[in-house]
Amino acid sequence: MIESMIQFILAGLTSGAIYALVGLGFSIIYNASHVINFAQGEFIVIGGMSTVALLAAGVPLPLAIVLATLVTMLVGLALARFAIQPAKDADVVALIIITIGASIFLRGVVQLVFGKDIHSLPAFSGETPLNLMGATLMPQSLWVMGISSALIVVIAWFFNATLAGKAMLATAYNALAARLMGVDTKWVLLSAFALSALLGAVGGIVVTPITFVSYESGIMLGLKGFSAAVLGGLGNGVGAVAGGLILGIVEAMSAGYLSSAYKDAIAFIIILVVLVVRPNGLFGKKGIDRV
Amino acid sequence: MSLLKVTNLTKSFGGVSAIRDLSFTIEAGTIHSIIGPNGAGKTTLFNLITGVYTPSSGSVRFNDREVGGVEPHKLAELGMNRTFQNLQIFHNMSAVENVMVGAHLHLRKGLLHSMLRLPSLARSERETREQCWELMDFVGLAQYRHTEASAMSYGALKRLEIARALAAKPKLLLLDEPAAGLNDTETREVDEVIKRIAAQGITVVLVEHDMKMVMGISDHILVLDYGAKLAEGTPAEIRSNPDVIAAYLGTVG
Amino acid sequence: MTSMLPSALRLPPALHRHRGLIILAALIAVLPLALRNDYHYDVVINAGLNAIVVVGLNLLIGYAGQISLGHAAFFGLGAYVSAILTTTYGWPALGAMATGIVVVGIVAYVIARPILRLKGHYLAMATLGIGVIISIVLNTEAQVTGGPDGMSAAPFTVLGYTFASEQSWYWLVGGALLLTVWLSTNLIDSPIGRALRALHGAEIGARVVGIDTTRYKVLIFVISAMFASFAGSLFAHHTPTVTPSILGFIKSVEFVVMAVFGGMASVMGSVVGAFIMTLLPNVLAAFEDFEPIILGGIMMGTMIFMPKGLVPTIAKKLRRKEAP
Ligand SMILES: Nc1ncnc2c1ncn2[C@@H]1O[C@H](COP(=O)(O)OP(=O)(O)O)[C@@H](O)[C@H]1O
Ligand SMILES: [Mg+2]
Repeated sequence: MIESMIQFILAGLTSGAIYALVGLGFSIIYNASHVINFAQGEFIVIGGMSTVALLAAGVPLPLAIVLATLVTMLVGLALARFAIQPAKDADVVALIIITIGASIFLRGVVQLVFGKDIHSLPAFSGETPLNLMGATLMPQSLWVMGISSALIVVIAWFFNATLAGKAMLATAYNALAARLMGVDTKWVLLSAFALSALLGAVGGIVVTPITFVSYESGIMLGLKGFSAAVLGGLGNGVGAVAGGLILGIVEAMSAGYLSSAYKDAIAFIIILVVLVVRPNGLFGKKGIDRV
Repeated sequence: MSLLKVTNLTKSFGGVSAIRDLSFTIEAGTIHSIIGPNGAGKTTLFNLITGVYTPSSGSVRFNDREVGGVEPHKLAELGMNRTFQNLQIFHNMSAVENVMVGAHLHLRKGLLHSMLRLPSLARSERETREQCWELMDFVGLAQYRHTEASAMSYGALKRLEIARALAAKPKLLLLDEPAAGLNDTETREVDEVIKRIAAQGITVVLVEHDMKMVMGISDHILVLDYGAKLAEGTPAEIRSNPDVIAAYLGTVG
Repeated sequence: MTSMLPSALRLPPALHRHRGLIILAALIAVLPLALRNDYHYDVVINAGLNAIVVVGLNLLIGYAGQISLGHAAFFGLGAYVSAILTTTYGWPALGAMATGIVVVGIVAYVIARPILRLKGHYLAMATLGIGVIISIVLNTEAQVTGGPDGMSAAPFTVLGYTFASEQSWYWLVGGALLLTVWLSTNLIDSPIGRALRALHGAEIGARVVGIDTTRYKVLIFVISAMFASFAGSLFAHHTPTVTPSILGFIKSVEFVVMAVFGGMASVMGSVVGAFIMTLLPNVLAAFEDFEPIILGGIMMGTMIFMPKGLVPTIAKKLRRKEAP
């Protein structure tokens, strides 16, 4: 009883950690530009796929990881520069279409370059399960949780303690004021995309040994990340991380106790209920229309 | 019985009170002006009266009915309407359609009726358009009958909002700085329009910085400062009120 | 809707309002001359069905300014209600279709009341979630819906006449599309339509002059869902099998793309958008591997270079040329 519960929580934390990374990526970009980047899930795929390809080409794993992350960040920069910046003043619907278009475009590129097969990576430190109070845990899950936590801590430090991070936060709060104070908001947008791409790529790389990767896996992961960000309150980093973990655990519990077919549906039902009760997410502030 | 009765009204945003413990009444058939420096809380007061904001505490009674926090469209049904300092124009429509939206309350809105465009609807649409054109003439926008709202000047849009509010046939009309940004000729035209509106028996509440206009047109003036009442009375009383003179030193002409 | 044309050239109001409808009717009448085989007919029929959904969706997105990333669910729900009622329960096709429209209307109403209070991305999330939930339910309840394999509807029979040939379907769908366009055009140019456009243009302004904006958002959400259900029912009878793929997130996105590409707040734009985006994959079939790249590229390009969409952008260009 208790063992299966722990088992589900561990599974939930593993996928939740990835949702948290993707959700954090959504929030960072949202803060910098008020854009919801539906191509966020593709960063995961590009990160995972590039690592697989590099590894197959004989590049050692650590180097492959670094190179794949850089490739993904370049893609993120290109997306910001060529698709988002030219449309900065478009309305919400137009921006949604642009980023969905970008995700379809990137999916097409991935399919062309890497093919339609499902790929995997070897686990970083073997496949011998660990035992945790009667529940089993794959070592790779520890990698996922460890690396995600480390990244989240680094991101938190970046935004709270570095000048660059504070400039990005200032832009989120009031773009005009930030610009007047000398912050280069163009630079902020590019950095936000690069940073989100980095989060996605690393998440994709660590999770590929568990979930595998194909050109299509970005769709659901992107939606889950978006859900995590909305659940927590758009633009709220802590909220996105909490939202991701909640989502992961809810899913794992529903799959375990209720029905695995309905796990995604239950996750979305919970999000809807939260939004109905709190229209700006769990941690979002209530807005008031000024006239 | 007064038309509008505000009692101990307070609105705070976070810790800051934009309206503080404010009480006053407005009698039917008068022109009532509210003046005060920028940030005094005049627009906030309008937002509270018209249901855009919910009061933090206190009461607003309209026609002897408590209306604090009641939704704006219900207040419009009860006979309240307004214009905005920072325009709320429907830029995706023509000028006359903007005014026709104001007439919405008085039109038949059946779904099938509309989708099938029954002859009765076509007729009522034609009549409404005619009436709204006349309202545009009334506020001095005759030459904009066939213009898109997005192609009109700021001054014209200010008057378009007045026409739109009139189309709803209000009992109480609140005008938030109708002459701001207008030149002298336009300001005089708006002054005339307000007098003619009042002559029709519509009670007008006016927020305006143009003191000449306010002093000339008002039956009653309320002076706000930091969200609270500084003074109240007829134009003559306000002009000679020492507190007002101190606050407005040199600006009352 | 005032025209920029000099008054001498202005059509009588009723004709002016429906000039798009008249052009569309003429196109539908002559298009068969260019259709060579059943495959051509099939593509055009599907384009017409998509256009019905998109015209309805554009009432919501383009006119009222509210997004839905879940409309395929209503299309699919209509399709499944028709398929299930006409086969499992042997209902007549029109009865099943009407039931589908009513059921979808009720579902949309129940959903709309709470979620249409949400704004922007939160509304996008909520509608997306609804779509995903409905799609999972239909996928999973295999005893009723056939699950991932799908199911077929009975042939479409009305008053003893069965629509069997592609030609007969062409005229049926053509008529249905014209009806949809006519109803929508009338609605937009009515007090209700003005209320919708007003709440898009300036929501607080609309509320203060007396428009119950929540009520109108709910109303148009329900109506656009019912149009989708109507098209879904027709689709169910026309397609060999109804499968859950027709109501997933991707399909919902396709509908939105058609509306936005053709032109927001433009009924004819919706029709044009639906036709081009339905035909495109068939045209691109030769470059199968490049299809998503081209599709994604078009989506980004349109929004960057003509954010108002195809038809309004072209119409504006033409009008500018006409003006002296
Ligand atoms: N929605 C709001 N949120 C926070 N503060 C507000 C809001 N609306 C008004 N205020 C504040 O209330 C005060 C009064 O503003 P306002 O009513 O616009 O003044 P006035 O119209 O007299 O110039 C100002 O300090 C303004 O910043
Ligand atoms: Mg003001």
